[in-house]
Amino acid sequence: MPRVNYAAPSSVDEAVKALAGASGLAKVLAGGTDLLVQLRSGRIKPDLIVDTKRIPGMIGIRDEGNFFVIGAATPGVMLSSHAGLEHAWPGIVEGADLIGSTQIQGRASLAGNLCNASPAADSVPAVIAARTIVVIAGANGRREAPAEAICTGPGRTSLATGEFIVEFKIPKPKAHQCDAYLRFIPRTEMDIAVVGCGTNVTLDANGVCTDARVVLGAVAPTTVIVEDAAKALIGHKLDDATLAALDKAAQAACKPITDKRGTIEYRTKVAGVLARRTAAIAFERAAAR
Amino acid sequence: MSYLDKAALKVVGTRPIRPDGVDKVIGRASFGADMTMPGMLWGKVKRSPHAHARITKIDTSKAEKLNGVLAVVTAADFPNIPNEEAFVGEGPMNFRDLSRNCMARDKALYDGHAVAAVAATSSAIAEEAVDLIEVEYEVLPHVIDVEEAMADGAPLLHDDMFTQGIEPKPEKPSNVAKRITFTKGDIAKGFAEAELVIERKYSTQPVHQAYIEPHACVVSYGSDGQCTVFSSSQGQFMVRAYCAKLLGIDMANIRAIPAEIGGGFGGKTLVYLEPVALALSKKCGRPVKLVMSREEVFRGTGPAAGGVIEVKIGAKKSGRIVAAELVLKYQAGAFAGSPVGPGCMCAFAMYDLDNVHITGYDVVSNRPKVAAYRAPGAPNSSYGVESCVDELARELGIDPLALREMNAARDGTKTPYGPTLVNVGYIPTLEAAKNHEHYKTKLGPNQGRGVASGFWFNIGGESSASVHVNEDGTVAVVEGNPDIGGSRASMAMMAAEVLGIPYEKVRPVVGDTASIGFTFLTGGSRVTFATGMAVTQAAEKVVEQLKSRAAAIWDISPEAVEWKDGKAFPAGSNAGSFEPLSLADIAVKSGRTGGPITAEVSINAQGAGPGFATHICDVEVDRETGHVKILRYTAVQDVGRAIHPSYVEGQMQGGVTQGIGWALNEEYIYDKNGRLDNPGFLDYRVPVASDLPMIETVMVEVPNPRHPFGARGVGEVPIVPPMAAVANAIADAIGTRMRDLPMSPPKIRAALDEQEPPRLAAE
Repeated sequence: MPRVNYAAPSSVDEAVKALAGASGLAKVLAGGTDLLVQLRSGRIKPDLIVDTKRIPGMIGIRDEGNFFVIGAATPGVMLSSHAGLEHAWPGIVEGADLIGSTQIQGRASLAGNLCNASPAADSVPAVIAARTIVVIAGANGRREAPAEAICTGPGRTSLATGEFIVEFKIPKPKAHQCDAYLRFIPRTEMDIAVVGCGTNVTLDANGVCTDARVVLGAVAPTTVIVEDAAKALIGHKLDDATLAALDKAAQAACKPITDKRGTIEYRTKVAGVLARRTAAIAFERAAAR
Repeated sequence: MSYLDKAALKVVGTRPIRPDGVDKVIGRASFGADMTMPGMLWGKVKRSPHAHARITKIDTSKAEKLNGVLAVVTAADFPNIPNEEAFVGEGPMNFRDLSRNCMARDKALYDGHAVAAVAATSSAIAEEAVDLIEVEYEVLPHVIDVEEAMADGAPLLHDDMFTQGIEPKPEKPSNVAKRITFTKGDIAKGFAEAELVIERKYSTQPVHQAYIEPHACVVSYGSDGQCTVFSSSQGQFMVRAYCAKLLGIDMANIRAIPAEIGGGFGGKTLVYLEPVALALSKKCGRPVKLVMSREEVFRGTGPAAGGVIEVKIGAKKSGRIVAAELVLKYQAGAFAGSPVGPGCMCAFAMYDLDNVHITGYDVVSNRPKVAAYRAPGAPNSSYGVESCVDELARELGIDPLALREMNAARDGTKTPYGPTLVNVGYIPTLEAAKNHEHYKTKLGPNQGRGVASGFWFNIGGESSASVHVNEDGTVAVVEGNPDIGGSRASMAMMAAEVLGIPYEKVRPVVGDTASIGFTFLTGGSRVTFATGMAVTQAAEKVVEQLKSRAAAIWDISPEAVEWKDGKAFPAGSNAGSFEPLSLADIAVKSGRTGGPITAEVSINAQGAGPGFATHICDVEVDRETGHVKILRYTAVQDVGRAIHPSYVEGQMQGGVTQGIGWALNEEYIYDKNGRLDNPGFLDYRVPVASDLPMIETVMVEVPNPRHPFGARGVGEVPIVPPMAAVANAIADAIGTRMRDLPMSPPKIRAALDEQEPPRLAAE
C-alpha cells in the first residue's frame, strides 16, 4: 500500500532538517493546490510532505521600507486584499488573482506557483518583471536569488535537495513605475494560460520609457524575459511604431510548442498581442502616478 | 379531462420550490457514490491504454494474490452475448455490443475501454491491484476521424460489419455500419428549378455530456441470486433490463434503486459499471461500489456523435427553397449506433419542402461508443442546415427570419421522414423572435448577430404512476422516472391541480423497480408529457374514489357528487343538502368507507407534440486573439404549456449553454496513438458561468391537445439551434464563415489572417 509521511514543522530549521533527512521524494506543501492534484492523479508519489504553513512568517505580507516581503505560503486572497500591494503592483496582484477559482485563491501561493515550475504560471511573469528576489532556506542557511533563476524547465527548479522558498522580496515601485499582466485563455476563467505577459515600465515626466521588463509565459520551457521588447520600449513613448517594434520583439522571443492548449503559430501571434496590450495598460498606469 | 384553459389553473404555471431542492443545495441528497452497504468492497476498472488492440492474454494472478483483493473479473466472467438489437435505452443499442462495451472481449476498441476489474477492501488496494493485472496486447492500426474511417484501406474495427442498407450486401466488411436514405419528391427536378444553389460542407466534433456526477453504483449480488443495484442513471428499469440481459439474471431478482442523478443529458441512458459491479459481487459474495473518476468518464463514456454534414440547398430568388439535399456521416464510436437516423429526420423538419433527399452513414471508429445527448443527432445536422440557410439568406439579401418564415413547416406539412405535422408552433417562435427587442438592437464594431431554428420530435411511451391518499389528507405520488430536470415538482403540481389541494400537500417520490410499474427511462423529453399524463390519470381516478366515498358518507349516488377546489359537494339541490367534505375529511374516514384510497395508472402515452425553437445570438469577436464573446442570447421556444415555468426556462438556458460550449471550445484531442489528451475539465472546455450572459428565454405556448395540460417536451430542442446561431453571428461579425466546430480562438484568428484586405467600393 502506498504511504506518505506528513510533517508540519514550526520553524525553518525543522523544515530544512525534515527535507534533508527524507528518504525518497520529499515535497514542500505551501497552499497545495498543485501538489494535492498531482497526488490524487498519481503523477507524483512522495515519501514525505512538509507543510510549511505553520512556520512563522510563511503567511503574511510585511512592509519593509524598500520592499514588500511576502511569505512564501501567503494565499492569493491575501495578496488581492492588500491595498498597498494592490496599489503598488496591480499586475502582480492580477496575475496571482487569475489562478484557479475563489476557493483555490484561499490557498494558492506565489511560492507554489513558482516552484510548480509551469511555464504557464500566471503569477510568475509580473513577479519577474518587478525584479523580485526570492529568499531560499536550505541546509547551508539562507540565500537569495532573482525570481527568474528558480524555474529551469517544465517541472524543474534550481532549488537543491532540502531547499525551499521562505519569502519573496518585491521592490517598491519608483516614481512613474507600474505594471500589468494579461493572459489569454479560450474561456474567461478557470483555465491555464495559452500565453501570459507581464510588463513593468518606468517612465520619465514626459511619458518616455526609461526602464522596462517584458516577461512572457507559456511560449517557451520557462518564462522568458524579452530583452528586445524592453529595448523597443526604452527611450520611447507608446506610439504605433513602438507598439509594432514591441510586438515583433515579443513574437521573436517565442519558442513555444504545439499542444492541446495552443499551436506554435497561434501562441506566437498572441504573445505579440499581449505584449502590446500589457504595455498600454502599464504605460497608462505609470503615467497616472 | 382536459385542463387546457390556462386561466382556470391554480397550481400549474406557478413556480414553487422543487421537493428535492433543499437536499441538493445543502449536500444531503444521495447520489450514486453516496450509498454504502454492510461489508461493501471498492471496485476499480482496468482500462486499455491502446486505441485498437487485440487482447492476447490477461494474467490476473498477481492481482488476486494481493492482500485485500477479493475478486477480479474479465470478459471471461460474463456470458458471451449474441448479436441482438435492444430497445431498452434511448437510441439503438445491441446487447452484444453493450456487453463488450462494458468489458472488452478479444479486442480493445478505444483508449479507456474496460478490460478487467477488481474488488478490494479499500480503494487504494483496488488501485494497486489494477496495476498488477497484466494484459498482453497486439496493438493494431487505429482510426479516429469519421471520413478516414470510411476510406478504403482504413483499419477495420469489426471484421463482421457489412454496411446495412446497401443492396446487394457488400462483399467486404467496412467501418460503415449502416446507410439510410429519406426521399421526398423529385430532387433533380427541384434543383433544375432553382435559381440559386448553395452547397457547403460542415463538421462537428464529438462532445461529452459533461454531467457533473461521474457514473457510480453500489450493488449486491446475493448468494440466493437476489440482486440490489443502487445507481445513478436515467432509468432504473433500463438498468434492470441491461443487467438482467448481460448477466443472465431474471428481472424479478434485480431490484434497481434510482439514486439522485447529478446530470445525465442522455449520457446515463445506458450502463457501464452496474454489470461489472454485479459480476464482481457475484464472484466474492460481498457488495461492491464502483465509481468512475472524471478521467474515466471522458475516456470511457459518452460522448455525443460528431460528424460531417454536407448540405445542398436550391432556392428561387424569392427565397423559396425548392430542393434540399443532405449527406450525414456520423461517428458512432467503437460500436454501431450513432444517432444519424434522427439527425436525418430533424435536419429539414423546420421546413415545408417538396423535394428532399437525405443520406446518412453510421460510422465506427476507435473512440468511446457514443451515447445519447440532448436531441441526439439533431444538433449536428441542424448546425449544417441552419448555417447553409443563413448563407442562402445572406446571398439573397433576405432577412434570415423572413426566409425561414417563408419556408416554415406548419400544420399539415408532411415531413421528409413521413409524418404530417399537427398543432405545431414553429411560426409563432419566428414571430416572437422577429418582434423581440433583442432582434432590433444595434450592434457595434466587430459584433454580429445570428439566428437559427431547431426541431425535436419529443416522445411519449410507457409510464406508470400511483397516487396514494394518506390518512391525514396529504398525498404521495410515486413515479418511475429519475428526476433530471425538476420533474418531481411538475408531477406534484399536476396531481395537486387535479385533486384541488395545495402543491405542498403532495410529495412525489421516484420509485424503484419493485415499487412502481414499468416506466421507460427519462429521455426523449418524455417525462412531463407521458409520466405527467399517467400522474394526471391516477389523480383523476383518486378523485372518482373520493367522490364515491363522499357519496357513501352522504348515502347518495356518486354521480350526484361534484369535486371542486379539493372538496366534495352535492351536485345541485336535488342531490341533497350536505356540508362539503374536504379531501382530508374523506381520507380520515377512508377505513370505514372501503379502505385506503389509491390509484395506479400504467399507459403507453401517444401524441407527444414536437418542439420548435428559434434562437438569436449576438457575439463580439476579438480580431487579434480570435476570442468570441457571447454578448446576448435569446431563446424562443414553443413549450406547449409550461407546467413549472422556471424549470422550463432552466431547460432552455441549459441547452443553450451546452450548445455554446459545443460551438466554441469543446473537443476531444487525441494524440497520434489515439490516446485522449484532454480527459478533464481543464482542457475539455465547457463554458464557465462568466463566459455567458444571462440567457434570455421566451416561452411560446401552443398547447399540445394530446396532453391534459397541453405539455410538450422542452428539454432537448434548446440544444439544437445554438451552434448555427453562434456560427451565423460570427459570420456576421467577421465576414468569414466558420464551417468546422469548434470555432475556437486559434481557428478564428487563422480565418481572420486569411481574409483579404477589404475590397474598395469601386471594385
